[in-house]
Amino acid sequence: MPAKTAVKPVRIVMAKVGLDGHDRGVKVVARALRDAGYEVIYTGLRQTPEMVVDTAVQEDAQVIGLSIHSGAHMTLFPAVVQELKRRKATDIVVFGGGIIPDDDIAALKKQGVAELFTPGSPLQDIVAWLRKRFPEGAR
Amino acid sequence: MKVRARDPQEAWQEEFDSGPKREDGIETSTISGIPIQPLYTAADLPQRDEEMPGRYPYTRGIHPSGYRGRLWTMRQFSGFATAEETNKRYKYLLANGQTGISVAFDMPTLMGQDSDAPTSRGEIGHCGVAIDSLADMETLFEGIPLGEITTSMTINSPAAILLCMYMAVAEEQGVPFSKIGGTLQNDILKEFIAQKEFIFPPHPSMRLVVDSIEYCAQEVPRWNTISISGYHIREAGSTAAQELAFTLADGMAYVDACVERGMRIDDFASRLSFFFDAHIDFFEEIAKFRAARRIWARWMRERYGAQDERSWKLRFHAQTAGVSLTAQQPELNIARTAIEALAAVLGGTQSLHTNAMDEVLALPTDRAARIALRTQQLLAYETGVANTIDPLGGSYFVEALTDEIERQAEDYFRRIEQLGGVIPAIEAGFFQKEIADSAFRYQQELEDKRRLIVGVNEFTVDEEEPIEILRIDPRLESEQVARVRSVRSKRDQARCSNALSRLRKAAAGKDNLMPYILEAVRAYATEGEIMNTLIDVFGTYTERAVI
Repeated sequence: MPAKTAVKPVRIVMAKVGLDGHDRGVKVVARALRDAGYEVIYTGLRQTPEMVVDTAVQEDAQVIGLSIHSGAHMTLFPAVVQELKRRKATDIVVFGGGIIPDDDIAALKKQGVAELFTPGSPLQDIVAWLRKRFPEGAR
Repeated sequence: MKVRARDPQEAWQEEFDSGPKREDGIETSTISGIPIQPLYTAADLPQRDEEMPGRYPYTRGIHPSGYRGRLWTMRQFSGFATAEETNKRYKYLLANGQTGISVAFDMPTLMGQDSDAPTSRGEIGHCGVAIDSLADMETLFEGIPLGEITTSMTINSPAAILLCMYMAVAEEQGVPFSKIGGTLQNDILKEFIAQKEFIFPPHPSMRLVVDSIEYCAQEVPRWNTISISGYHIREAGSTAAQELAFTLADGMAYVDACVERGMRIDDFASRLSFFFDAHIDFFEEIAKFRAARRIWARWMRERYGAQDERSWKLRFHAQTAGVSLTAQQPELNIARTAIEALAAVLGGTQSLHTNAMDEVLALPTDRAARIALRTQQLLAYETGVANTIDPLGGSYFVEALTDEIERQAEDYFRRIEQLGGVIPAIEAGFFQKEIADSAFRYQQELEDKRRLIVGVNEFTVDEEEPIEILRIDPRLESEQVARVRSVRSKRDQARCSNALSRLRKAAAGKDNLMPYILEAVRAYATEGEIMNTLIDVFGTYTERAVI
């Protein structure tokens, strides 16, 4: 990366997939990431995997953050990863949050979800994880 | 030097000021941020006439006999997987001493779509039971006599359809509509405000609510047609005062809508019921419940001119705070739930759901569900708390806090009125922003350790012991899809299409839609088909997402 170029902020699409409307978590995380200097685009509720990937590609995002509280994470999170593959956009990193049991976390990571944060995760942990993942901002 | 007799409060103040203070940086305000004094005295007691239970303004309870007359109803919210599985759980809970049923529906049912809709994939039976048509409802209540129990149904946008399904099952059991009792959540305003399970735009949504209130006032008189809910507002992150204010404001909006329809207030007001969160800040919650009754009684009598005493009485269901449960060291949730349940009881709740310790991870197992129910039985029969009515009435602290929460709620009523009422305030994103701000403030306090959650940001353990959780069999999804398709193929197609086209016509006009929906339900039209018929006429709503 040329030294004189300013660091481009990482752009993150935050999305609620699935049918539930519990948006407390996603909104708190979105606000915290924005305060930490990330560019955050919040899609709103009831996004299909196709809609989420569309937004991420159009917005030239580096990261997709998914939130769900309905229990459909095992269907919908991998569907987002699959859709990224189909669109040849696998450079976009996917992380997720919600009520997700430990066994499911392991399974989702195997299927290409980079990280999962469960209830009680400090916001600082999410920010720290992103900083580690993108130490030099967006490439 | 002569010793002068000192005012005892001044003396205490001096000793307090010079005494030791904890310096752990932990907030001493309530969880909602209300500043709290270290001591309350008679000087903090409001000047007012003696309040009595069973008498206006009902601060101390709506019944003169309190729990001496009748304990609260222990009503555990449950539902998962298929109607058949859930039916077994209901029979298990009833056999264990539960006194009412409370149905949790899965997300597709809550969102008015059938199990074979593409967006139902992965959602079927996960956070409640899947109900697609009358056939599923028949299975859900198989062997449960609807004339002898009461049932609460947590559903909103499609509420009228699910109520009609219940009525149709009663009809098949030979129980007249006048004999069935229960509660329909049917509170669409808080969906726009907090839980976001809306489908139609606000105005047609309100029409459906008023239709069901109007219809039930005549035909199903023992039914609580709406449960005006603060629970979801609180769980979405509001403060106690916001929960109270937004919920009561919603209640008044429903009253306004019914009055506008031409109904007499005393014909429907006594069937309005409320649903609040019982959160972890013990005294604040008790004060909230007490303030709720006083405010509602005053508004109903003074502003709306209700004459019947029953119209003044705010009856409520409470549920312990799901959001206070932790995935870390989940057994601690039993203690949290017990304390929250105690607050609800001391606040005079009419019915109560206690959360299971594993609900933060998944739907409760049988064992966890039983412990949750036993917690209520323990409160009712071991602790003695039910023996005295409003035992905290007269407490300097609780009375002062009750007044403070009432004052904060009244401030909000003024702001909502300035915005033009509840629906314009929803459209302006007012409630959503207020709630998001409170949620963010609280999260910041946790991050800074100005508030502690045991096991989460303090007193953590490195290795969590795994606990058993309830898993939904993935085969269930395809089975439910097959079931709804089989219902569609076996029914009298002509009768079903006729019912739906009559419903469409009625929706475009002004008739009360309940009889049309009931007819479609009887003809085994599916929930999704009925909703889509209404969507054709009403359209759908998308909210402007704000963070």
